[in-house]
Amino acid sequence: MSEDMKVYKCRKIVKGIGCGEAIVSTDAMCFYLTDPETGTVIERNHAIHGKSIANKVLVLKSGKGSSVVQVDGFYQLWVKNNLPAAIILVDTEPVIVSSAVMVGCTMVDKMDTDPYEAIEDGDYVEVDADKGEIRVRKKK
Amino acid sequence: MFLTDEEKRILDGAEGAGKQKAMEMLYALGVTFDAEKLIPIKRAHVALSGQEGDTYWCELLVAGGATCAVPPTTNPYWDTDYLTKFYDVTKEELDLANRTGEAYRKIGAILTYHCAPGVCSNVPFYGEHIAFSESSATPYVNGALGARSNRESSISALAAAVVGKTPYYGYHLDENRHGDILIEVDADLKEPYDWGMLGHCIGEIAGSQNPVLVFKNKILPSQEDFLYFGAEAATSGAVAMYHMVGITPEAPTLEAAFGGKKVPSSTALITNKTLKDQESKLTAATGDINLVMLGCPHYTYKQILEVERLFAGRKVHPNTAFWILAESGAVELAERSRVRQKLELLGVRMVGNTCIDEPCWKSFEGDLGVTDSPKCAYYRERRGQPFAIRRLSDCVEAAIKGRLD
Repeated sequence: MSEDMKVYKCRKIVKGIGCGEAIVSTDAMCFYLTDPETGTVIERNHAIHGKSIANKVLVLKSGKGSSVVQVDGFYQLWVKNNLPAAIILVDTEPVIVSSAVMVGCTMVDKMDTDPYEAIEDGDYVEVDADKGEIRVRKKK
Repeated sequence: MFLTDEEKRILDGAEGAGKQKAMEMLYALGVTFDAEKLIPIKRAHVALSGQEGDTYWCELLVAGGATCAVPPTTNPYWDTDYLTKFYDVTKEELDLANRTGEAYRKIGAILTYHCAPGVCSNVPFYGEHIAFSESSATPYVNGALGARSNRESSISALAAAVVGKTPYYGYHLDENRHGDILIEVDADLKEPYDWGMLGHCIGEIAGSQNPVLVFKNKILPSQEDFLYFGAEAATSGAVAMYHMVGITPEAPTLEAAFGGKKVPSSTALITNKTLKDQESKLTAATGDINLVMLGCPHYTYKQILEVERLFAGRKVHPNTAFWILAESGAVELAERSRVRQKLELLGVRMVGNTCIDEPCWKSFEGDLGVTDSPKCAYYRERRGQPFAIRRLSDCVEAAIKGRLD
């Protein structure tokens, strides 16, 4: 780990290690409203409309939408290898948790600081769910 | 989270890979939401959808040898035998539908194909611990019936059905069932459509909170009223539990609805004007229509009779299709009483076991449809058919004219 990284504590929801560029959504998301081919958010008026979540570390407000479409949204991204590398949840709810468990998408919550303060779009973030650690290198 | 020795054995895979997967799901949810333990469930309902993600999960459990300890009832996909007589689908779409039916048959589900189980196909008692997915079914069983279910996904409900247990958190606990916000209602609620509009307003205000409604005038909602209310509150928001003071079982009084906590001041007052404004926001479209689609949630027999009454022998316009999606028992009753045959002569068709959000309806995409359900409009629009939303009597008049003015 390089010295310019800040380390935060978090709680594991789904195991694994994921790292990549950060994308921050202050809105809750329904993963059904992403394009599985690119991971781009297609929901109109969404905080990250038009941006891709594929293979990035997604800081996410929460999940929303019906009890089945979220599952399919995760599944479609999974089979196209376009899931986020990891998800840092702000408000945890059961449907998004079960969807992430099904496809094994690394997920954490309870970051020990305000994730919106600590992480911005374009930062480099490592999420180590097993260690309960989030490491952030601010973009230049 | 505490696990018994038997639960640990399941988690370690001693009872097969399928049951192990299901237990991993319950364990992850239990740990995430700080459940103290698992508790047995009496019933389950799985929001089977005929979508790949959901079918994949059921097939995965089946391949690992899982069957259901508590057989769940299921949501619909679509009636492949009947609807392929009318509409073309691709081989892939038909294959997925057949795979879905087969997987749920193998896991031992009760194939009711009905999205409103609390109304008739799987009715829980007061206080029963259950695992019901389907965003419109959960508020119905919690709010109207006083059973206890969390907001389950289709896959967590199936996991609960396989193991026969669910993590003990959220709405299973007394202290989490009390109201969060107070909303006053002073409006005329005449039919399910009005209750749907009310639900749509409440969902926007409440989000995932538990709203307590106080009605200015004495009112007794019907099954359909509760159903439409909950379906819309779970579409515009994520409401999974509600109270109506003097009406629903856990709210004999305002104080009881808030569980002895301080009763908050009112968050909102819903009037006829609020409902009218909500309606205007949702229902703008006009023009020629190619489809009237009713039954999201599934129509009851009573609603089918109401359609017959409103048609009064008049016919659907030749350029418009009219479909009622109903609980299969209601379709059977309509057949037996010859209501179905009478309506078919007018151009009104009905089908059981079928959801609005399925590939069999794609031939209508691109043109305007009409429905009495904002939830239907929301999901169909995503698939490329804009929908106007009108009360049932207006849907019938539009069908006869073939257009909405």
